[in-house]
Amino acid sequence: MSSLFAADVNIAQNVGFYIIAAIMLFGALRVVTGRNVVHAALWLVVVLGGVASQYLLAAAEFVAISQVMVYIGAVMVLFLFGIMLTRATIGEESDLNNKNWSIGIPVALLLAGTLVWVIVDQYGGEVLTSPEEPMSTTAISDVFLREGLVPFLALSFVLLAAAIGAIVLARKD
Amino acid sequence: MYAVNFLILAALLFAIGVFGVIARRNAVMVLMSIELILNSVNLNLIAFAMMNNSPEGHVFALYVIAVAAAEVGVGLAMVLMIYRNRRSIALDELSVMKG
Repeated sequence: MSSLFAADVNIAQNVGFYIIAAIMLFGALRVVTGRNVVHAALWLVVVLGGVASQYLLAAAEFVAISQVMVYIGAVMVLFLFGIMLTRATIGEESDLNNKNWSIGIPVALLLAGTLVWVIVDQYGGEVLTSPEEPMSTTAISDVFLREGLVPFLALSFVLLAAAIGAIVLARKD
Repeated sequence: MYAVNFLILAALLFAIGVFGVIARRNAVMVLMSIELILNSVNLNLIAFAMMNNSPEGHVFALYVIAVAAAEVGVGLAMVLMIYRNRRSIALDELSVMKG
């Protein structure tokens, strides 16, 4: 467990990491246990913002900005509209969980335990060297427009198809 | 910073998301839990990119972000259509296709 408390590396980065990680885990627990759908959506904003900050700590600035714009900007607006359009009342409600929701607790604990055990076993003492400078957008775009060009174009069509499909599904006939 | 920091945080987020998918009854809440899972995967991809100091992990993370946006759009449209037809988005009441 000593590997969880890295002292010989960048202190400020570690302190920031643990503070943001604690906030993220608390927010994620509120998302899956809260009784208010709108509050859960707003806690999800906290988690997504925390993920964006972790990207910045990991020197992935382009992905961090994309995360803020796509998730916090677009996806959360979609979620709030979805909540508004599918619910008559906004407030606490008691039947948000399944009848046998408690099965999820052992499943989640078992999954988390297995994953943490495997990760510590494999990457126990490996130190991440912080890059000198953030991953440049030039390098990312080089990958996108050379070997990743075909998947990139395919992804554009996936997004187009999703947009058209969402409009077709959601419109009133 | 040790590599396990990011990976363990991502694993815990993943487990919390799986719990949400199992426990929640409201379809919109299940979609939110799926977002948690996708974000934990993205954290892993960024951590591995940092480990190898290569831009490929970032590219994969951006693909995942784009696909997640498409997934949320189509998913919420489907939820909206189910709500319009059945006046409810409780997942345990959607048993039309049960044999």
